[in-house]
Amino acid sequence: MKRFLGFVKKEFLHIFRDFRTLIILFGIPTAQILIFGFVVSTDIKDAGVAFLDLSKDEISQKLSDKICSSGFFKRTEDLFNYNDINKILKRGKIKAVIIFEKNFGRNLISENKATLSIIADGSEPNTATLITNYITAIVADFNRELVNTSGAGAMLVQPEVRMFYNPGLKSHFMFVPGVITLILILICALMTSVTITREKEFGTMEVLLVSPLRPVQIILGKVMPYFLLSFINVILILLLSWFVFGLPVKGSLVLLLAESMLYILMSLSLGILISTVSSTMQQAIFISMIGMMLPTILLSGFIFPIENMPKIYDWVSSILPPRYFVVIIKNIMIKGTGFLYVWKETLILMVFTAVFIGLSVRNFKIRLE
Amino acid sequence: MQKVVEASGISKKFGETQALKNISFEVNEGEIFGFIGPDGAGKTTLFRIITTLLLPDEGEMKVLGLNSKTGFKELRKNIGYMPGRFSLYQDLSVEENLNFYATVFGTTVNENYDLISDIYSHIEPFKKRLAGKLSGGMKQKLALSCALIHKPGLLVLDEPTTGVDAVSRSEFWDMLKKLKQYNITIILSTPYMDEAMRCDRVALIQGGQILSIDKPQKIKEGFSKKLFRAKASEKYGLINALRQYPETVTAYPFGDSVHVTFINDKFDNSIFMHLKKMGIDDAIITETEASIEDRFLELMKKA
Repeated sequence: MKRFLGFVKKEFLHIFRDFRTLIILFGIPTAQILIFGFVVSTDIKDAGVAFLDLSKDEISQKLSDKICSSGFFKRTEDLFNYNDINKILKRGKIKAVIIFEKNFGRNLISENKATLSIIADGSEPNTATLITNYITAIVADFNRELVNTSGAGAMLVQPEVRMFYNPGLKSHFMFVPGVITLILILICALMTSVTITREKEFGTMEVLLVSPLRPVQIILGKVMPYFLLSFINVILILLLSWFVFGLPVKGSLVLLLAESMLYILMSLSLGILISTVSSTMQQAIFISMIGMMLPTILLSGFIFPIENMPKIYDWVSSILPPRYFVVIIKNIMIKGTGFLYVWKETLILMVFTAVFIGLSVRNFKIRLE
Repeated sequence: MQKVVEASGISKKFGETQALKNISFEVNEGEIFGFIGPDGAGKTTLFRIITTLLLPDEGEMKVLGLNSKTGFKELRKNIGYMPGRFSLYQDLSVEENLNFYATVFGTTVNENYDLISDIYSHIEPFKKRLAGKLSGGMKQKLALSCALIHKPGLLVLDEPTTGVDAVSRSEFWDMLKKLKQYNITIILSTPYMDEAMRCDRVALIQGGQILSIDKPQKIKEGFSKKLFRAKASEKYGLINALRQYPETVTAYPFGDSVHVTFINDKFDNSIFMHLKKMGIDDAIITETEASIEDRFLELMKKA
């Protein structure tokens, strides 16, 4: 045990001594999140909205006033029929159109519910999501007021959100999950494979092999510091995305962290596997970068939706572990679903981990050849 | 006397290259045993087999009474190994390197400090310095300290003096001699013939084969002919001229002079006339004692 701790201590010293390692470990995730943060502006101020009020009654008037007085939206135009919607959205000055159905006020009073449609310009997906979220929130607030003032049973305005041009808003609000997925596999696979091959290249592996250290101790000792640091990284990314864009974790944080640990473990064992098949650092970097980073970016569904890919890429991507983690993290962070919705992906990641560890242990040489 | 290393019929091939051919030797407890040979002779391969890092294709290697194949786990606790490239962590300080190797081998620096104090005291003033920033001589001393820190029964040093200045080399040998009092057996390799004289016994190795094993003095005495030393202002011309002289057997450059042997172990005035004809008129030829290098070259030629 003392041997093992001594080894772990040495690994930490390597990491903290090397400026570049620290940059890769903490600089890149921070930079990525911040770059995304500034590119994807989260402030909405006086966004232009158009109203198509087919009811023109007291309540619809009140609600549209409330939306416009929030400071987030500006009434730019009033429309009179559905045909205008497309025209005005195409001009690009209007971010969303709000439609009150016919007999809006009457429906609300007689049937206790009325529908309000929000049509947003999906070509700017992040803005569109934000706008619809804001309007939905304002409507919810309005509902609460209604209940309070009328005292009667629940009267509800139901907002119906529809996106034009990019109905599913696929892949775009995904950057935080995407960055986590990418960063973790990059750091874990690249860093562990490089640190093990570095020992081979500098000849220190020879002495480690001649020492009484067991292969398991060498591997675990290499993995442990990166496991801890990557976990800190996950927390760092989550905190940053929370503070920079107010992107909350909708589902269980504990579940998210547990799944991240599994993914980190999987990436680390992949890194070890890479190191057992490469004899130089360059080779390890090459395999990790070309073999892992590019497919992760392109094929994991992080940027390009898998559904839109030709079948063959779909198959290729199914052997990429990040694909499954993207699904897991998206579900937990954005949709707020529980373990029941991601158990399949979790199981697949576990299988990957077991296979990688098994192969690494089999490949790890207790001698030089 | 106990045998620390017993090698019998060791052969090793890398692809088509035969690195070691049927090598057998024994190393006694407490001796400094040197492998002398040029680059590519198979020294490193042999050392890796001794230290359990490689398995021989044929033959058996017994180290400290253990089979290097089956007993490698036990053996690894008791071997100190210093590979050809000083295997230090360049980004760790002198102190950290030493502490690391001590913990890995399950000991502490304090426990065996007296063993390394002679060597380590030279570098202790720089203990906060990163190993990568040390000079060659200091790196070598640190690497030796690291290899010694767990008080191994056998110390294997692969070319420990290559790339180290002459003063450090000499100091290094003094330290090795001092280690004898702790009964540590030392196996080392060196391309420098002058260092061979400081070993208790040496093996001359060439092309994966051992040419001769003996005390260095005995190896020198094994030189079969009388050796002469020729000197002239123009050394290159002298070698050429000597090689064309019909009585000459061999003529090799040696330092600033030329070592020559003659068919009848003697020379007469005709050689000076021959040299004069070749344009060399200031040649001096005297009898000299053979060195290990001379014997090595002689053996190489026979092999």
